[in-house]
Amino acid sequence: MAQPYDIVVIGGGNAALCAAMTAAEEGARVLILEAAPKSYRGGNSRHTRNFRCMHTGPLGPLVDSYSEEEYFTDLMKVTDGKTHEGLARLAIRNSEECLPWMQARGVRFQPSLSGTLSLARTNAFFLGGGKGLVNAYYRTAEKLGVQVKYDAKVTHVEVQDEKVVHLDYAQGDQTYRLEPKAVVVASGGFQADTDWLARAWGPAAKNFLIRGTPYNRGVVLADLLDQGVEQVGDPTQCHAVAIDGRAPKFDGGIVTRLDCVPFSIVVNKNAQRFYDEGEDVWPKRYAIWGRLVAAQPDQVGYAIIDAKSLDLFMPSVFPPIKADTLEELAAKMELPPDRLRQTVDTFNASCGDSGGFHPTELDGIATTGITPPKTNWARPITKAPFYGYSLRTGVTFTYLGLKVDDKAQCSIGRHPVTNLWAAGETMAGSILGQGYLAGFGMTIGTVFGRIAGQEAARYAN
Amino acid sequence: MQIDLIQEARRQAEICNACRYCEGYCAVFPSLHDLRAFSDGDITQLANLCHNCRGCYYACQYTAPHEFDLNLPAALANVRQDAWEKFAFPSAFARQFQKNGMALAAAVTLCIALFLAFAKWIGTGDGEGFYAILSHNAMVAIFTPAFLFPLASIAISLRRYWKAVDGGRLRVVHIIRAFGAAATMRNLSGGHGEGCNFEDEDRFTQARRVAHQCVLYGFLLCFASTSTGTILHYGFGLQAPYGFWSLPKLLGIPGGLAMTFGAVWLIDLKRKADPKLGANSARSGEFGFIALLGFVGFSGLALYALGSTPLMPVLLHLHLGSVVGFFLLMPYSKMAHGFYRLAALVRDSQRSQIRQ
Repeated sequence: MAQPYDIVVIGGGNAALCAAMTAAEEGARVLILEAAPKSYRGGNSRHTRNFRCMHTGPLGPLVDSYSEEEYFTDLMKVTDGKTHEGLARLAIRNSEECLPWMQARGVRFQPSLSGTLSLARTNAFFLGGGKGLVNAYYRTAEKLGVQVKYDAKVTHVEVQDEKVVHLDYAQGDQTYRLEPKAVVVASGGFQADTDWLARAWGPAAKNFLIRGTPYNRGVVLADLLDQGVEQVGDPTQCHAVAIDGRAPKFDGGIVTRLDCVPFSIVVNKNAQRFYDEGEDVWPKRYAIWGRLVAAQPDQVGYAIIDAKSLDLFMPSVFPPIKADTLEELAAKMELPPDRLRQTVDTFNASCGDSGGFHPTELDGIATTGITPPKTNWARPITKAPFYGYSLRTGVTFTYLGLKVDDKAQCSIGRHPVTNLWAAGETMAGSILGQGYLAGFGMTIGTVFGRIAGQEAARYAN
Repeated sequence: MQIDLIQEARRQAEICNACRYCEGYCAVFPSLHDLRAFSDGDITQLANLCHNCRGCYYACQYTAPHEFDLNLPAALANVRQDAWEKFAFPSAFARQFQKNGMALAAAVTLCIALFLAFAKWIGTGDGEGFYAILSHNAMVAIFTPAFLFPLASIAISLRRYWKAVDGGRLRVVHIIRAFGAAATMRNLSGGHGEGCNFEDEDRFTQARRVAHQCVLYGFLLCFASTSTGTILHYGFGLQAPYGFWSLPKLLGIPGGLAMTFGAVWLIDLKRKADPKLGANSARSGEFGFIALLGFVGFSGLALYALGSTPLMPVLLHLHLGSVVGFFLLMPYSKMAHGFYRLAALVRDSQRSQIRQ
C-alpha cells in the first residue's frame, strides 16, 4: 500500500515543528503526531519564553553582540563542564541564522520583559511567549502542507536491522500503523511519568511537581531505549527548581516560580534552616534549590520573610501567607511555632549591621556564628506582618535521552539507525550533562529540529 | 459595580503579573506589570484600556482547560461593560440598551415613528427640498437638545470614570498622545504592527483594525459634513440640498460609504469571532449598535441617491429618526466606549509618564 507520508514527526513542540517545516520545505510529505489535544499542543515549548542566540552585531531584538566563545563559556559555567563541546558549539554557531529563519516563519519577538533586563543582550523573547511561537509555527507548517494529528499517541516504533520499519499510534479507541520512509522523534523527556521519576530518584519523586506538560511521559523514549537505541544522560539528573508549593501538579509554568529566597530564611517542616539562602543572586541559585528542597523531609520547604522584603522580588501567582506574629504564621503553615520562633531568634541574633543592604547585588551583609550561614542580604526578620511561602521541587526536564551525532541521527551500537533522527528535549542530554542555561533548550530544539528535518527529507526524497 | 467581576479580573491580572509574556501586545500589560496590588480603580482602568485584540488569550499557556482558566479579554470586557452601566447618567438607561440590541432597535424605531407622526401633525413646511417635509426650525428644535443632552450625560460619566481611576490633572501632551493612539488604533496593532487576533483564532490580521477605522473616520466625515452644512446655512445663507461638489457632499458621501461598509465588515468579523472572549451578555447590544451606525450611514446615502424621488420624505424620516436615536442613545450604547477608551488612553499616558 502506498504510504501517504514520507516523514512522521513524533511530538508537537518547537523541535518537532522546526523539523516538520524544514522537511516540508524540502518537498517531503510530513505528518506530525502530537500526543496532546490541540488546546495543549506544543509540549514544554508552550511554557518557554526566549531563545538564546549568538550574534556578532545587533540582531532583531538583541543588542550589542554575543560571541560563540562567550556563549560557550556561559554554558560551561552552568554545566560545570559537563557539556559535549562539538554539539554545543554546533548549536551555538547555528543559533545566529536561526533568528531570521524563525521570523520568516511567523515568530515575533519583543523587548526583554520587565524584570529580565539582564537577558536583553543574550536572549530573544517571543511575543506572547512560547505558545505564541508554537501557534505561528503550526500556521506556517499547515501552509506548507504538513498534516497534524492531535491526541495521537505513538505507542511503538519498530526498529529492525538498524532501521525503523513501522510505527503504531493510538487516537481515541483506534490504533493505526504507518510505514514512513523516515521518522523524527521530538517528543520530549519523561518527567511527567512520576513512576519513572520515582524509579530514578527514589520515592521522594512522587512529591515533585512537574512544571511543564503532562504529556511528556517518555513512551517513545523508553520504547526506543528498550530496542537498543543508544542512550545518553544520567537518569537521576533532572532540572529541578524550588517553586511555590501550592502550584498545580502539572503545567504550572513560569508563574509558580518564587524569587523571594535571597531575602528570606528557608526552613524545613521542623522549622530548621538547611542552606545559605544568600549564597548568590537568585538567577544563579534558583536551580539548586529544587534539589535542596527535595532532600528535606516530605520534600517541602518554607520561605519566611518580613514586611521589609515583600516588594523586593517579582510577585508570584499565589499571595503569600500572612500573619501578624511568627507564631500565628507558623500555625497557618503547619510549622512548630516554638521552634520557628527559636530559629528566627537565633538567626536575628546572628545578623549584624544591615545598613549596607542592597537587594540587587551581593552586599556581603552576612550572619556570624550560625550554621548554615547566610552570606548576603542577611537582615533580621522582625517587622510585622510576616509572610511565608511553601516551596516544593518543580521538575522542568530530564536529561536521559537519545544519543545523537552532529546530523541529529540516532544509533544502535556504533551504527546509525538509517532513518531515525531526534531533536529537542529528547536528545538534549547529548549536549548537556547537567545544569541549564536560560533559553538554550529552544536553541537546541531549533537547531537540531532543522538539522533533523533536513536530513530526514534528504533521505526520504 | 459588581465585585465578583472585578475580583475575577483581579485574580487573572495577578497571574498575568507573575508571567509577563504578553508585555509587548498592547498598553494593558506594561501598565499592569507596573502594579503589585490592583485596586478596583486599577482594574477599571485596565479594563477600559483593553481593546479586546485577543493576542494575550491565544498566546496564553493558562487558558482552559488549564485550572487557572485565564481569559483576560473576557474578564476585562465584563468589567468594562459593568463600569459603563454604573457610570452612565442616568444609569438605568444604560442597563437597558448596552446589552439589548432589541431594546436599541425599538428605541430607534420609536424615534423614526415620532418623526413621521410629528411631520403629519405639523403638516408640510413652507420650505423647499427637505425643509418642505420638516421645517429647518423644527429640525433645529429637535436636534439641539438631542445633541446637547447626550454630551452633558457623557461629561458626567467621564467625570465619574476619572474619579474612579484616580486620574490626574489633564495636560495637553497626554491628550495628544491618547488621540494619537486612537487615530492609529495602536492597541489593535498586536505590538508587531500586523494587527490583532479576532475572526480566525490566533491569526493576526488588520481586518478589525481597518474595519473599525472605516466606521470611525466615516463617522467623523459625516459629522464634518453636517457641521459644514450648518456653517453654509447660517454663515452663507446656503440651504440644503447641496450639490455634489459642495463640502457637505464631498465629506458626507465618502463618510457614509465608509461607515456603511465598515459596519457591515465589523458585523461579519464579529460573527466569526469567538463570543467567549468578549462580554457575552452585551453581544446583542453590540450587534444592535453596529447595525444602527451602518443604518445611519446607509440611510444618509439613500437620501442623497433618491432625494429627488417620491421616496424622499420616507427616507428623510428614516434617516433623521435614526440619527436622533443614535445621539440620544450615545451615552447608553456601545458608542460610549469611544469616550471611555479615550479617557483610559489619557490616563495611561499620565501613568506611563510617571513610570519613566
